[in-house]
Amino acid sequence: MTVDELEGQIAEWRAYTHRRRELHNTDVEELEDHLRDRIAELTEAGLRADEAFLIAVKRMGSLDELSREFAREHSERLWKQLVLPAEPDTPAAARSRRELIVMVLCAAAAALAVKIPALFGQDMSGDGDVFYARNASLFALPALAAYFAWQRRVGPRVIGVLALLFAIGVFAANAYPLDEDSQSIVLSVIHLPLALWLVVGFAYVGGDWRSDRRRMDFIRFTGEWLIYFVLIGLGGGVLTAFTAGTFRAIGLDAEDFIASWLLPCGAAAAVVVAAWLVEAKQSVIENMAPVLTRVFTPLFAATLLAFLVAIIWTTNGIDVERDVLIIFDLLLVVVLGLLLYAISARDRTARPGLFDHVQLALVVSALIIDALVLLAITGRITEWGFSPNKTAALGENLILLTNLAWSAWLFFGFVRGRAPFARMERWQTRYLVVYAIWAWTVVLAFPLIFNFA
Amino acid sequence: MYITKDLVAASATPLVLGILAEGESYGYAILKQVNELSGGELEWTDGLLYPLLHRLERLGHVESAWQTPPGERRRKYYRITDQGRAELAEQRRQWATVVDALRGVWSAAQSVKPIPAPVWEAGR
Repeated sequence: MTVDELEGQIAEWRAYTHRRRELHNTDVEELEDHLRDRIAELTEAGLRADEAFLIAVKRMGSLDELSREFAREHSERLWKQLVLPAEPDTPAAARSRRELIVMVLCAAAAALAVKIPALFGQDMSGDGDVFYARNASLFALPALAAYFAWQRRVGPRVIGVLALLFAIGVFAANAYPLDEDSQSIVLSVIHLPLALWLVVGFAYVGGDWRSDRRRMDFIRFTGEWLIYFVLIGLGGGVLTAFTAGTFRAIGLDAEDFIASWLLPCGAAAAVVVAAWLVEAKQSVIENMAPVLTRVFTPLFAATLLAFLVAIIWTTNGIDVERDVLIIFDLLLVVVLGLLLYAISARDRTARPGLFDHVQLALVVSALIIDALVLLAITGRITEWGFSPNKTAALGENLILLTNLAWSAWLFFGFVRGRAPFARMERWQTRYLVVYAIWAWTVVLAFPLIFNFA
Repeated sequence: MYITKDLVAASATPLVLGILAEGESYGYAILKQVNELSGGELEWTDGLLYPLLHRLERLGHVESAWQTPPGERRRKYYRITDQGRAELAEQRRQWATVVDALRGVWSAAQSVKPIPAPVWEAGR
């Protein structure tokens, strides 16, 4: 055996050892050093290199036993540590440090952006609150998009598109002469963040928005981001409570500071921090959204089925009030979310199983319920007239219904073994475009169509 | 000669600390020294030395540093600390007691040769 062959065998052994997460890089390096010493000694004693290698590996002990001993000594390694790079001398650590700095800068930019309008007399607590509500998404999301633009090293073309889209967002939020209590303003406040979130998605995929894989990544990212944002929000709530409580104890009122600095700036910064956390832990920790999906899909399916049975049993019609559509829109959103995050984590080559049947039952029962609601409502929609709110609620319902109906069809084909699962994934990722078009339509066209009502 | 696992494990810490008390060293050299000291009788599974060294480091008995001696590979060297020396002294005291007791038992046992079968085993 030549030196090259020996090196090849050692490299193989190293790669094999690296797969044990109980063993860190430095441990493997230390063990490899030992292995080389042992091989050198054995070859000096007259063994051939391959024999020496075999004996040295054998004397090292079984990898299982070794990992067990290391795990006993370093039990913390079984809990993956996220933020602090464990081995500071690697190039990956230098990169993650750089990312940390850029993230902090972007978060600071987001937090400060919230206070810029105050320089021009837009007060958050006073009459500027409508201004802040309309522009809420324009403080943090550009900073988030900038972070991704930096991290993905996008070209000037993508940056130009991002800038243009955010400029349109600014225009949409402020150009129309909307009344403070008009329906259009509420719709704009709800839909502009959605539209801009998809713009962030454009930055997230590094401009490569046609790729289904990258779009799915963005869907995964969105779910994880939401979870981290909520977690940070909970921590922020504790911080707020302590800030208020401790300062009150010494006779100082911190409420103004909390309302105009801590909460808004903290929320804007949290948008960026949550995104960074998701990126940093991507490969380290199991995704949470699919886990929650696993837990809640059967529960929601049971609830919806119970609801259907109750309708049939009691023959109670659905009480069609004005706002009932909103609730069922939200129900469809939840069902769609459960579907999306189940898809996002699914092994696409796996055979259909029990969970897929539960999922199909969930989607179908949601469809039936929504069809009942739509049937009940169509008679009365002419009577109410097409206000912006009603139109938006109806439009959203139709969009979600279309998605779920086709999903159910694809799912049915998959469960019966006729269609591959990838078609379902493709359908969902392509549908993102529909959401984007709809959100921008509501923000840009609705005020014009409905005469700024 | 086969030495039981428990004995190997119990003697590992004082052996390693004792070797390091003579000067800093690295894993493979420590192992070779153990081998020489025991005349080749004390066989350790090579890899298991490292979790032990890491434990001693966590307890503060030794400290480690990566060094590259001229003309050699980069290696992790271990050095005993003051606390480690204290631990070594303590272990030495304990081992001396055990060895003394054993010696007493051996000499007593020698005078009652041959060793009869233990009574309690017959009753089982």
